[in-house]
Amino acid sequence: MIAHSIFFYTFSIIAIVSAIMVTASKNTVHSVFFLILDFISISCLFIMIGAEFLGMIMLIVYVGAVAVLFLFVVMMLNVAQQKNQWFSSEASSKHIPVGLIISTLIFVELIIVVGGWKYKPDLFDINNSLELDKVSNTHSLGQVLYTDYIHVFQISGMILLVAMIGAIVLTFRKRAGVKTQSYIKQISRERSDGVSVLNVESNKGVKIDD
Amino acid sequence: MEYLSILFDQIYKILFLLVPVLVSVAMVVWLDRRVWAFVQKRQGPNVVGPFGLLQTIADALKYIFKEIIIPSSSNKVIFILAPIVTMTLALIAWAVIPFSATQVLADINVGILYLFAVSSLGVYGIIMGGWASNSKYPFLGAIRSAAQMVSYEVSIGVIIINVLLCVGSLNLNDIVMAQQNLWFVIPLFPMFVIFFISALAETNRPPFDLPEAEAELVAGYQTEYSGMMYAMFWLGEYANILLMCAMGAILFLGGWLSPLEIYPFTLVPGPVWLVLKILLLFLLFALVKAIVPRYRYDQLMKLGWKVFLPLSLIWVVLTASYLFYFNLLPVN
Repeated sequence: MIAHSIFFYTFSIIAIVSAIMVTASKNTVHSVFFLILDFISISCLFIMIGAEFLGMIMLIVYVGAVAVLFLFVVMMLNVAQQKNQWFSSEASSKHIPVGLIISTLIFVELIIVVGGWKYKPDLFDINNSLELDKVSNTHSLGQVLYTDYIHVFQISGMILLVAMIGAIVLTFRKRAGVKTQSYIKQISRERSDGVSVLNVESNKGVKIDD
Repeated sequence: MEYLSILFDQIYKILFLLVPVLVSVAMVVWLDRRVWAFVQKRQGPNVVGPFGLLQTIADALKYIFKEIIIPSSSNKVIFILAPIVTMTLALIAWAVIPFSATQVLADINVGILYLFAVSSLGVYGIIMGGWASNSKYPFLGAIRSAAQMVSYEVSIGVIIINVLLCVGSLNLNDIVMAQQNLWFVIPLFPMFVIFFISALAETNRPPFDLPEAEAELVAGYQTEYSGMMYAMFWLGEYANILLMCAMGAILFLGGWLSPLEIYPFTLVPGPVWLVLKILLLFLLFALVKAIVPRYRYDQLMKLGWKVFLPLSLIWVVLTASYLFYFNLLPVN
């Protein structure tokens, strides 16, 4: 048990400190790196409570893909130059009330959910038909996700698909006058398309039309 | 005291795994250079030790004694962290590789996801090194590499789903045991080819070594690195290549299983078979490096997103329908 709590407190302290550092660090790229550290320690906590599938998915999706794209955007936009001062600059002070309202709402929701779960467990309709001890949590997740919640699962997939298509449509543009390579054109090109043998009369020359 | 004995026991096991891995990384670098040289009718490194076997160790020693130069305009903490991250990630993934039914450091439920997660984290070493160098070529190399690795990870993920459909478990030992009758390389041969090519792209090997294309980017993300830090990038890269080979061997070539379950083959222990399969895949990696010219960057992206991803997705649908129709789905 002692080792368990040592690991738990280490990971939670790292998670909380890096979450604070995400907003507090002056360099935006450093913020993203702290965010990654936060994700990693959260996934360690997931693994500690026995949800190893969630922990690994967290690593793959958030750290392996989402945070890389974050880093990409932050590095490309060169926002690293703009020092975002903690609670001091003009621009950030405008956002503080909104941020405070949102974070208060999230905090209240968390208290309601966690409190309700602690003191009124019968309010939560948890599917107890699964015998969680017998199957690994990947199996049990799959059994719930693809049976009871299949519609929610499909709808969330569709929403993601729509978002993806929307992003592609927004950034897609056809520029005129740009030469693009077409493999089919290149492969299907015959000798007769490009080369022709002409009988050139002396002192007249040939007119090449293209 | 109890904790201490567990700790020492684990450390002993870890060292027993990591030291052979590091030594074989050194040997594999030599093998790579030798194969490359033989294809081009050269001798390759053949001076230090028998057949030049100690060449890599000599190189590593040379790097250790060289001065480490840290550019004054670089971001020092991240600059130093980058090679450490690369090296660590290349080594921690070996924890779940099963060398036989019992010889595995951590026989976890989600082994294949762990491998996939660690290989997808590998991009950070490169992107950190490129950004922290605060120089144009490393930055371009890092951006290229990040885009490339993220793209090819997608198709590797879908290929893994193909294998998992046939196995019904995320445990690496279960994946190996599911291939007792038939290695997955036979029914899933197109996926094996795509996996191999994606692994080349994932580890920045030629013909996909655009992040370090010397004609355009000097040495890509490692341009500013010197001494031991460069050596760590270099060894980490090769450890990653070996890891991808191990992953290919486990997913498609039956891991530590012997090719035939008959008398002379069964005498050879499992780890030997796994090492032989890893070496076979690595030999292919080395040959590809020697005989294929470098891709152009837009072609690389096109290959990843417009060829490999649709192909592997279609194959997932095919595999799933086949297994469903013939009632072969591994449901327990």
